[in-house]
Amino acid sequence: MLPRPFRTPTNNSDPKKGERQMEPATATLLPSDRPAGGRVFILRHSLAVRILHWVNFITLTIMLMSGLQIFNAHPALYWGATSHFSRPILSMGAMEDDQGHTWGVTTVGSHTFVTTGVFGWSKGSEGTYTDRGFPTWATLPGPRWLAMGRAWHFFFAWILVINGALYVTLGILSGHIRRDLWLTRVDWRRLGHTFIEHVRLRFPKGDEARRYNGIQKLAYLFVIFIVAPLIVLTGLTMSPTMDAGWPWLLWLFDGRQSARTIHFICAMTFLGFFVVHIAMVILSGVWNNVRSMITGRYAIETPARASHE
Amino acid sequence: MSEIISVRRRRLILGLGAGAGTLLLGGCDRLSNLPQTQSALLSAQWLTRAAQRALVGPDALAPEYTRADIAPVFRANGTLDPSNPQYQALAANGFRDWRLKIDGLVESPRELSLDDLRSMPAQTQITRHDCVEGWSCIGQWTGPTLRDVLARVIPKPQARYVMLFCADPMDSAGDYYYESIDMRTAAHPQTLLAYELNGETLPIQYGAPLRLRLGRQLGYKMAKYVMRIQLVASYRPFGQGHGGYWEDQGYAWYAGI
Repeated sequence: MLPRPFRTPTNNSDPKKGERQMEPATATLLPSDRPAGGRVFILRHSLAVRILHWVNFITLTIMLMSGLQIFNAHPALYWGATSHFSRPILSMGAMEDDQGHTWGVTTVGSHTFVTTGVFGWSKGSEGTYTDRGFPTWATLPGPRWLAMGRAWHFFFAWILVINGALYVTLGILSGHIRRDLWLTRVDWRRLGHTFIEHVRLRFPKGDEARRYNGIQKLAYLFVIFIVAPLIVLTGLTMSPTMDAGWPWLLWLFDGRQSARTIHFICAMTFLGFFVVHIAMVILSGVWNNVRSMITGRYAIETPARASHE
Repeated sequence: MSEIISVRRRRLILGLGAGAGTLLLGGCDRLSNLPQTQSALLSAQWLTRAAQRALVGPDALAPEYTRADIAPVFRANGTLDPSNPQYQALAANGFRDWRLKIDGLVESPRELSLDDLRSMPAQTQITRHDCVEGWSCIGQWTGPTLRDVLARVIPKPQARYVMLFCADPMDSAGDYYYESIDMRTAAHPQTLLAYELNGETLPIQYGAPLRLRLGRQLGYKMAKYVMRIQLVASYRPFGQGHGGYWEDQGYAWYAGI
């Protein structure tokens, strides 16, 4: 699924590269067009997309980790306007048993799990076990420090929103979203087939590798147009000032504590997206993918000659 | 040949990426300890405040709830019983000798007793209390609006902030809790000096005899155990100069989000 194409045709062939040439991403490879090496380079990501991608990566990492620091100040989630302390949806904490042994415990609804070492009870920055929601390696800053977690979070929230707004604006104006992310009728029809191919870890080659497939497109559209707006709006709903100005936010998310819960779920969705994204980058060719997001150049193996490589 | 170069380059770039990641994570922790980082990151609060002011009018009201929404047990936080002999003596006497001193940039400084405050027109509101830790509780608060109280002392035009000095000692260094709000917040119709919670005399753990209630900011702005109100042109001369006890510990002064 995730990492991949874009970008319109550019005919920047590089004479120094000999048989390697940059080809239009969307052009059909006719047999006679195939370069001798069986490998062509396309400009997959525009410069704007590359810059926005890496800014987004750094920003999301800081937002996630500082967000977990903030969560740790009260590691419990509720539904509705307020906190019903006796019945959280999710909570993390430490519990002592009869023998005086302490366990990290995570409760989801009515189910309780022992999560010692990770959630509820884990090694602090001084090497001793402490009562904390997420472990020190997952939070920013590492030690318990709500003021600083909030400082990071509310500074980078602006970067995230500005970066995201730039991406969507440029994406619409340049046609990138419509051309590269919007699903075609063929994408919809092939969705089942694409899914099976993904599960079997068979990734598109040749012409098919020039564009995103249906599952990739859906994943991107989902995080860009559903998860990202949701996480911003639920974040704003937690602001008592915004609740006075935009009371519809409370109506929309069924209260401030529900908004906090949805905000957390969105953050975990981003984390899930990130994990799958990295897995796909690795499985479908780390170097090719990473290079294409740094320099823009993405190599396409043409099936007929792939064996020569 | 070119393949070898390219392999080296790959390793270099991937190594740089991994290194940058490690630096970023470890570095952020080290950066957190620099005062410059702290003040740079915290400065975003002024942009947030400006943006929220542009979106939310000065008199937009915080949502009010019904009696059915009131929390069975309102969570008490912060100081629960000030370890201050003077305060303890006032409490032992039911705060009959307690006086709220109001001075600073005002035309007529005053000292008001609890009875003085109770004789003023009171507002009762059922509003949500949002703690900086993340939880929320709904309670019913009663008391005069700060606007009405300030009208009795007549603020001077130079007054820009309302300082609130409290009875609870916060550390062994002799620092007491204090807070500051701007005149715009002080004039908001939901800004109260509350002496009742859920229809009963304000209990000590919630800030007896008088606490500040704000509709649109986080709990730490709502000073408990208020002893003195002072109108000032700047909060810089007080405490460590950030406008409040928690602000001096690195929390944002704005506290609207």
